[in-house]
Amino acid sequence: MIEAELSRSVVRWCEGATGVTGAAKLSGGASQETWRFDVVHPDGPIGAILRRSPKGYGAAPTRAAGLAAEAQLMQLAYEAGVPSPRVMHVLAPEDDLGTGFIMQRVEGETIARKILRDDEFAAARPHLARQIGGVLAGLHRLPLDKLPELRRMTATKEIGEFERDYRSLNWPKPVFELALRWLRDHDPGPSAVETLVHGDFRNGNLIIGADGVRAVLDWELAHLGDPMEDLGWVCVNSWRFGEIDKPVGGFGSREELFAGYEAAGRKVDPARVKFWEVMGTLRWGIMCGGMMQRFREGPDHSMERAMIGRRASETEIDLLRLLAPRGS
Amino acid sequence: MQDEPTPIELTKSVADFLRNDITPLISGHQAFKLRVAINILDLVTRQLTREEESDAREVERLRALLGVDGSVAELNQALADRIAKGEVDLATPGLAEHLWATTMDKLAVDQPNYASYKRELGRGG
Repeated sequence: MIEAELSRSVVRWCEGATGVTGAAKLSGGASQETWRFDVVHPDGPIGAILRRSPKGYGAAPTRAAGLAAEAQLMQLAYEAGVPSPRVMHVLAPEDDLGTGFIMQRVEGETIARKILRDDEFAAARPHLARQIGGVLAGLHRLPLDKLPELRRMTATKEIGEFERDYRSLNWPKPVFELALRWLRDHDPGPSAVETLVHGDFRNGNLIIGADGVRAVLDWELAHLGDPMEDLGWVCVNSWRFGEIDKPVGGFGSREELFAGYEAAGRKVDPARVKFWEVMGTLRWGIMCGGMMQRFREGPDHSMERAMIGRRASETEIDLLRLLAPRGS
Repeated sequence: MQDEPTPIELTKSVADFLRNDITPLISGHQAFKLRVAINILDLVTRQLTREEESDAREVERLRALLGVDGSVAELNQALADRIAKGEVDLATPGLAEHLWATTMDKLAVDQPNYASYKRELGRGG
C-alpha cells in the first residue's frame, strides 16, 4: 500500500515518472524505516531508497540529527564530491508518507564479512584504509555555514553522557569504570578545529564496490565537534571482524588512514585518535548494555537483542588491550 | 539435590538436536534465528560448565584485592565503586591481573571465537 503513496509522490517531482514498483521494507525500527523501490520511468527504472519516520512518529531520539538534517548533509556531501547517494526528494506533507527523504539507490555491499573476504573486493581492499582517510577529510571540510542545525559535542560532554547511560543500566563493570577514569584523565579538551563529525562512520555504514567506497550512509548521529572522533570510531576493534591487525575496519593500518587524510590537506592528531578509539570501544560496550536493557524491559524480546547484550565482554577485552596491554 | 541428567547435559542435547536435525530443514530468516538460538544454547552450556569454578576464582581474587567478603555480585559492585572513586587503579598491585583473568573467563563463555580473545589465549594467559 506504500506503493500507491509513493507513486502519487514520484509523478509530482520526477519528470516522466509514471509510478513505482517493487517496494520492499529493508529495515524498520519504531521511529525510522528504510524502503527500497524502483521509479517507473520511460528511460528505464530508477533505483531509489526511502528513509522516513512514519506518520505519528515526529520525535527523534535526542542524539539524532533528524531526517531533514540528514538529507541536507547527504546533499552537501554529494555536491562536495564525498561519496554519497543523490537526494532526489525531501518529503512534504502532501506526499502523505510521513517525514523523511528519497535518495537514489547506490549499488554495492555493506556487509563487512563479505567485503573483507569475497574475491569481488580483493582489488579494492588494499586501498580502502587510505581512501577512507580521503573521504573523511572531504567530509570534515564541508562548509560550516551551510550545515543544518546540529548538536555540538566535546569529549568532556560525551564522557558525561556515556557515564550517565552506563550508570542508568545498573550494570557494575570494573573494566568500564576503569575506561571512564582513563577517559577523564586523558580528556584532550575541546578541539582547536571544530568540524562536521559524521558520528557513525564505520563498516556497515559504507557502501563498497569493486572500485572502493561508493557511499557514506546513516548521517543521523552527525554533530559538530572534534574531527578526530570519526578517525577513532572507524578504528574500533568491533568493526574489524576478526582482522584485528588491520585497525581501519579490518582493511588496513592507521598509517594508511592518516596518510589518506593528510594527503587531502588535513592534519591528524594521533593521540586524539587513540582517545576516541577508547571512547568508541566503551561507547559500543554501553550500546550493547542498552540492547540488553531493551530486551529485558521493552516490547522487543528478540534473541538477537539478548545476544548483543552478551557482546559487551568483547569490548571489555578490547579496552584492556588498549589500556592495560599484556607483554607479548 | 536435583535429579539427573544435569542442566549441562540437557541444554547440550537440545542444541545438538537443533543443529543436526532441524538446521537442514529451515531456510531464510528463520534459519538465521535458528542459528542464534543454537548459539544461545551453546553459550548457556558453556556458562553452566564453567561458571561455578570461575566465580570461585573471581571471589578469591576480589577478597584479596578489596579486603572484604561478599557474593561475586557484591564484590564486583564494590570494586567498580572503588575504581570510580579513584581508590583503586592500574597502579594497584593485582588489579590488572584480576581484570584480565575475569575478562578471559567471560570471553570463554560469551565469545570463544572472538579474535582478541584467541590472540590473548595464545599469549598463555
